Amino acid sequence: MINQFSVSVRQEGDVAVLSTDGYVNHAGGEKVSEAAGELISKGVHKLVINLEGSTVVNSIGISILIEIIEKIQDLEGAIAFCGMTRTIAKTFTIMGLGQFARMADSEQDAILAIR
Amino acid sequence: MKQRPGTSDLPQEVELTIPIMENMEVTATQTAEAVAHFLDFDTEQIDEVKHALIEACINAFEHSQTEDNKVYIRFVLSPADLTVVIRDFGQGFDQAGVPKPDIHAKVVGKDDYKRGWGLMLIESLMDSVDILSGPQGTQLTMIKLRQKGGSR
Repeated sequence: MINQFSVSVRQEGDVAVLSTDGYVNHAGGEKVSEAAGELISKGVHKLVINLEGSTVVNSIGISILIEIIEKIQDLEGAIAFCGMTRTIAKTFTIMGLGQFARMADSEQDAILAIR
Repeated sequence: MKQRPGTSDLPQEVELTIPIMENMEVTATQTAEAVAHFLDFDTEQIDEVKHALIEACINAFEHSQTEDNKVYIRFVLSPADLTVVIRDFGQGFDQAGVPKPDIHAKVVGKDDYKRGWGLMLIESLMDSVDILSGPQGTQLTMIKLRQKGGSR
């Protein structure tokens, strides 16, 4: 089975929005990590990860998102997630991601939360 | 639970065997979705069963070291709940030896191992979870009640 995962990036001022499409598994998480790494290397330390196009995640993919959170924490930046299904939001809550990342319903709310 | 022609009140079962292959857990979720629809589960309940099943499959894929390279899944449909049994014939594991993951340690405490969330997620997304594990393999039984409010 081929996981056709993609991530697109756009910038809004000092905030970059990474929008995912597909299953956030190991390969999907790595793609998000690569895109985030490029942004961080360019000095962008405020990230929004929009998961509206991802209705399924697994804990391996999320563990890679945790690595991104750690990098952003080290840089004293900020990160927010939006567009999550109720189950993905519940999963993030169970894992405690809300202690280190903002959770928002809409992309605009997520941008405002970390601006 | 919907009544179909020729069905009885006895629990109905669906069995699925998947090879240990990348993303094959997604195939299992398609069956889970179909049987949960049959039980009239709502979208959120279905989603929770799917995500718990993904984690159970991934655990079996990664840790069982099974020689037959397969994971056996059984869905038992009853009027009250959906039971999903995930079985492998691998090496088993010591449940007491599985550390509870801590997000603080993983983000701030510099714990390099970011993973280890599977069992916690399964237990949180389902209404009950039972694990039997030994040298003959592992059997994880998880139940989702039809009536909402049972899950934590």
